Amino acid sequence: MKAFAQLFLSLDETNKTNEKVKVLKDYFTNVPDTDKMHMLALFTGRRPKRQINSTLVRTWAMEASNIPAWLFEESYQVVGDLAETMSLLMPESQNSSSKTLTEWIAEINALATKTEFEKKLWLMESWAMLDSQERFVFNKLLTGSFRVGVSQSLVIKALADVTGIEAPALTHRIMGSWMPEDYTYSQLIEEQSAADNISRPYPFFLAYPIQETSEKRKSAEEVGAALGAAEDWQAEWKWDGIRAQMIKRDGQIFIWSRGEDLATEKFPELHPFLNALPDGTVLDGEILSFQNGLPMSFSVLQTRIGRKNLSKKILADSPVAVIAYDCLEYKGEDIRTKTQAERRLILDELQRATPFPEVFRISSLIEFKSWEELETTREQSRAMIAEGIMLKRKSATYQVGRKRGDWWKWKIDPLSVDAVMIYAQKGHGRRADLYTDYTFAVWDGDKLVPFAKAYSGLTDQEINKVDYFVKRNTLEKFGPVRTVKPELVFEIGFEGINRSTRHKSGIALRFPRILRWRHDKPKEEADTLDSLKALLNE
Amino acid sequence: MPKKPLLEFTDRGIYCAQGKFYIDPWKSVDDAVITHAHADHAYFGHKQYLAHHLSREVMLYRLGEINLRTIEYGETVNKNGVQISMYPAGHVIGSAQIRVEYKGEVWVVSGDYKTEDDGISTPFEPVKCHHFISECTFGMPVYTWKPQAQIFADVNNWWRTNLQNGVATIVVGYSLGKAQRILQNLDLDNGKVYTHGVIENTNEALRRNGVILNPTERITFDSSKEEVRKGIILAPPSSVGTPWMRKFAPYSFGYCSGWMAIRGAKRRRAADRGIVLSDHADWNGLVSAIDATGCESVYLTHGYTASFSRYLNEIGFDAHEVHTLYGGEEEDAEASPQPSPEEREPKADMNDNASEVLSFGEDLGEATKEELS
Repeated sequence: MKAFAQLFLSLDETNKTNEKVKVLKDYFTNVPDTDKMHMLALFTGRRPKRQINSTLVRTWAMEASNIPAWLFEESYQVVGDLAETMSLLMPESQNSSSKTLTEWIAEINALATKTEFEKKLWLMESWAMLDSQERFVFNKLLTGSFRVGVSQSLVIKALADVTGIEAPALTHRIMGSWMPEDYTYSQLIEEQSAADNISRPYPFFLAYPIQETSEKRKSAEEVGAALGAAEDWQAEWKWDGIRAQMIKRDGQIFIWSRGEDLATEKFPELHPFLNALPDGTVLDGEILSFQNGLPMSFSVLQTRIGRKNLSKKILADSPVAVIAYDCLEYKGEDIRTKTQAERRLILDELQRATPFPEVFRISSLIEFKSWEELETTREQSRAMIAEGIMLKRKSATYQVGRKRGDWWKWKIDPLSVDAVMIYAQKGHGRRADLYTDYTFAVWDGDKLVPFAKAYSGLTDQEINKVDYFVKRNTLEKFGPVRTVKPELVFEIGFEGINRSTRHKSGIALRFPRILRWRHDKPKEEADTLDSLKALLNE
Repeated sequence: MPKKPLLEFTDRGIYCAQGKFYIDPWKSVDDAVITHAHADHAYFGHKQYLAHHLSREVMLYRLGEINLRTIEYGETVNKNGVQISMYPAGHVIGSAQIRVEYKGEVWVVSGDYKTEDDGISTPFEPVKCHHFISECTFGMPVYTWKPQAQIFADVNNWWRTNLQNGVATIVVGYSLGKAQRILQNLDLDNGKVYTHGVIENTNEALRRNGVILNPTERITFDSSKEEVRKGIILAPPSSVGTPWMRKFAPYSFGYCSGWMAIRGAKRRRAADRGIVLSDHADWNGLVSAIDATGCESVYLTHGYTASFSRYLNEIGFDAHEVHTLYGGEEEDAEASPQPSPEEREPKADMNDNASEVLSFGEDLGEATKEELS
């Protein structure tokens, strides 16, 4: 645990990428193999199962730090991270633990069969034997996610340097379902083939945005200047569903979401078509709700995401299908190095052979001769229930992660309204102790009705100014939430709008964010609920 | 009719009606008693000033030609029958708590203070009083400081590592207080100490005041970059990210502030090192300092006033929140530097016209913040 705590501290102590890689390499070279795999698991989002619920951890931490509950909660508001709050509040300890990360995690997992009393005893003893930095990472293991300010690609880079294996290969080998208990370091660094782990997906290739959300729209001319000749590119709609990779190997099927969640059981409608694919096939595409052969908005699909049990009604109301747009493995062979155009031919062939064309659809190619023509087509995106257009270079290989160059997304401009900030709440992580989470309202007669929350879109400098305003213009406090004097006006952008019975305003927005601070607008000139409702697609 | 309190909180600052003077006022007054020379306590524009001897040269340097009288700790001044005396606050060199007594009633205004002896500011002394007006910049239990010996051992090690790696070392802390505290605790066997002009001006003012500081060398256009990189650089917060700082690349820079205790704040600063070093009392320091005054009531002027007063009331004190312009509520008082003359425009100095258009609680604080950004 000492080495792991030190790793955290050292990563925090530098802002330079090269330094971070060096720190990671030092860690990989100095700890036992099992610790390496545990660290990899934690840094790629594979946290051990939570064995003590966080309410209990909190309660016992308050006891250990001997402060009233309200003060603990307010401290948490200031720190913005539960694990860190607990370690800061506990009395200083001079102890240090010589147990390895692997040993600690084994102890945590062994709690599964323990009584609440035994868990408490174990936790109190554990806290007492750790110094404050060790306690912090230990609390992270118990409670939190491991957001460390280090991207997975940096960890991979360090591991690639240490092992001499190329980064894309390593990225692939740590995909999919594995836990450090069943995947050893020597397995990881050995030569592998797809057959070693039949469920393992390939790393997703992600498109780069042609225009950032806050930027002005790019003209056809600018796009052409950046991308070159139109005939080198293929264009498709950018579908607004769940990105998924679908695998058929050895008679078994697997559906992976982009967050590397195994989602096979969530989409039973897709099983027949996947089972009918030849063995050794991997498809990339988008899962969407369809009705009468037409895609439906994301909000329909949303009603079935996150449900444990898919009732007959849900399956009937929101049936899904796949719009496939790439093929990564064919006849058991990794074909990611073939060109986009070659892979497309294979995909076409697979789709023509399916007995389930209603469920296994293909992302049709948009015909266009010039960028101007495509720009005009792009205007129809909303009617197509698409988010815009995808551009793929015909000669592109299927790459790893978000890369500039061969795949671009040309999204439509967001819808937007001008709204007044009325509530504010402190953020987390690097936004701790700053008011960064805001609720916005529009006018309904002479009342301001809240309709959206947004966290992103302002620069650090703007956030400081809003924070300063909030602290001096608080009307009321409700726990962590402050009611703020309605005065500041912001332009709020969003991707879609739907009716909602769960919200006071009667509407729900998709992906709301702040586009800009309207210093020029007094609050009286903010938009109205009626103007917002006029955007409903009805 | 209830008796009027000896000190009251007005929109110009803390006021003693009986003695006809203000303590750390933020709008022009005739008679100002100043706790210390930081800009949110010592404003320009008063007719006369009373401060501690060791604040003298820094105040003259920062505020220019002012009518300033200075006294020693423990010395008493009488204003209209009110006894005023100063006691060490341990915040920065020359910082004082102001004790005010009239007809046996004693009030103490803490200004800013810390309870740890930093070896350079005269150490904090608790003063018995009936009413204590205290800061609480770090009045949350998550803020507890390590002993400075331990902090500076880390700083000196980091400097040595940087020397071995051939990168320059830049330590950022504000020009009055933090800079001298760091200077006096560096291991000069490692190399020389180079200073940004803003810090060196303050050092010179303090030296004129008879304060003995370790040797420093001002960085000028003529300074050899190679030589400077072999030493350590003391820089004010306003220099972070400027071309002035970038010309020493490659470097590792450490930011000294109590806010660095929180990981999020540290990440926001994007410093290579967050050095948790503060000239304010930590949670335990605040509670013990308030307890040691034996006061009947305590008034909290700036910092986490709401939470801290609630806690004090729960453990048996009579605590109140008051609104002042010191630091500002929960504000980044320490991380945002007090501007020294080079760093600010004349507009930051107050004048009555400007104050009229702004409502109470948002005037100068805003101006200070604005011009720093």
